Amino acid sequence: MRHPVTGLAAPAWRLSVMIAAALLPTATAIAEPAPLASEVSIWSKVRSGLFGGRTIDENAGGIVQLDAPSRAEDAATVPIAIRTQLAQTPARYIRKLYLLVDNNPSPIAAVFELYPESGRADIETRIRVEQYTEVRAVAELNDGTLHMAHRYIKASGGCSAPAGKDPNEALRSAGRMRFRVDGPIQAGQPAAAQLAISHPNASGLVLDQLTRLYQPAYYVRRVEVRYAGRPVLDADVDFSISENPNFRFHFVPEGDGELQAEVIDTRDQRFASKLAVRLQDAADDAAR
Amino acid sequence: MPAPRIGCGSSAALLGALCLSAGSAIAGPPQLPLEQAADGIFVHRGAIATTGPDNGGDIANIGFIVGSRCVAVIDSGGTRTIGAALLAALRQRTDKPVCYVIHTHVHPDHGFGDAAFTDPGTVFVAHAEFPVALAARRDGYRRALDRLLGEQAAGSGIAVPTVLVDGEQQLDLGDRPLRLRAWPTAHTHQDLTVFDQRTRTLWTGDLLFVDHVPVVDGKAIGWLTAIDALLAIKADHLIPGHGPVPRDPASAFAAQRRYLQVLVSECRRAVQQGQTLTGAIDTVGLGEHDHWQLFDDYHRRNVTAVYTEVEWEN
Repeated sequence: MRHPVTGLAAPAWRLSVMIAAALLPTATAIAEPAPLASEVSIWSKVRSGLFGGRTIDENAGGIVQLDAPSRAEDAATVPIAIRTQLAQTPARYIRKLYLLVDNNPSPIAAVFELYPESGRADIETRIRVEQYTEVRAVAELNDGTLHMAHRYIKASGGCSAPAGKDPNEALRSAGRMRFRVDGPIQAGQPAAAQLAISHPNASGLVLDQLTRLYQPAYYVRRVEVRYAGRPVLDADVDFSISENPNFRFHFVPEGDGELQAEVIDTRDQRFASKLAVRLQDAADDAAR
Repeated sequence: MPAPRIGCGSSAALLGALCLSAGSAIAGPPQLPLEQAADGIFVHRGAIATTGPDNGGDIANIGFIVGSRCVAVIDSGGTRTIGAALLAALRQRTDKPVCYVIHTHVHPDHGFGDAAFTDPGTVFVAHAEFPVALAARRDGYRRALDRLLGEQAAGSGIAVPTVLVDGEQQLDLGDRPLRLRAWPTAHTHQDLTVFDQRTRTLWTGDLLFVDHVPVVDGKAIGWLTAIDALLAIKADHLIPGHGPVPRDPASAFAAQRRYLQVLVSECRRAVQQGQTLTGAIDTVGLGEHDHWQLFDDYHRRNVTAVYTEVEWEN
């Protein structure tokens, strides 16, 4: 098994997670906010692992912005919005968005692949935050340049927090999916869509006090969305995404078609969902 | 009921933190004011506040019920010091043994005082879902408690219960039957109420908040359903998890019910209108602001919980 994001073979990435955890401020008991030095060191490791020595534009407001609450109310459900200021065209588009949470046990929360057919590369989702941390969005353009926005978030306990408000039901309903498209859908215009996946997305970091065993990780690791057969969003994701993973994204319909999602979890279960989309003009024509 | 013995000798049943520090010295417990809610039923009212050094974690309502044979403690408080103070206050009123410590749910402000109840004859009682919830949350609760209280939290620990209630169960304190009821997911997914049949007193735990804004760590819709069932009990006295003992039990749930209904209806509307979670957090339920204490501490988190609950309806 390979890590969905880094491509490392399992023992290596498990080790890297452990190392990252060891680097965290004792991973447990240190008073917050976490010392800056350790954040720098985790970010520098993640950075060199993902991007090598490439330059990252950190004054990226013109390309990418990151919206997040400075103090998260619920560390297990922290809403994150990556907003991009670039129309996705074949000539110039964001081909990847990295969502990174420095001080989480596994800092690479998600890597989104985007296309000109995405229309806009904006992504909204919800993440777990284990302790006070920098959260980063790094956009990679098709010309290979990198642009980063980041925010400091005060929240703690999200990853090792309980699986949810009703863990039994979360297990029962794993794999349910819900698609939603809002607003009038017009040909050639980016349309906003939302994919909600019912899944415990369990981190595996919760110690069972009775058995002294860690619960096995059980999370969504891959999401693929197509419109009319063409990719609009692919994502390698991790347990830093909250229970019931939820993604808002865009796609550009050129005509009526079907929005399709396939989701794969760490037990290699595959879940599929689809939604028929009709363009506004076509609907109006039909009504006449 | 046969009582499995629990103490630091039987370490498997107890959390490590509890036993490790059982020998550490603490200052004499502070005086813990009690009020008598009904004959033989004593309540200590915690502050309406979030846990911090100024209140030492004394923020939940805790207390005990005295029978002819023994005493049931209901929730042990937020730290070992508070639990010890409760035990000292109890000992000023009775020398009967504490046969049960009953947990109304897993939240740390109600349970970290377990460490003070070291009598090996004391049996810890909770909802059937409690042990799993405790296993999942214990480390995080422990870290938060240490961060918030430091030395004030020394020696605190929540015991793993050995009597688990699934549905209903009766306990007898000697001429004093208590009816315990385990609830479907409401305030949490391990809510347990205690009904004293002699005085018709219902100890609600956090299924009832008075003045303190309700906190949704379960399901608001399930909670609203539970409120109907709690009202149907027609108790003569109610002991809430937070806030003063209400004078009129019949109207005591009204404010909380209204708050939860506002959350559910406004979150449903937000989801239907395609409003994001962030947008909902900024707008839902703000009309409730002036009705509650600690609104700014918990309301936005409640919106997060209820929005993510109702977005899976239908």
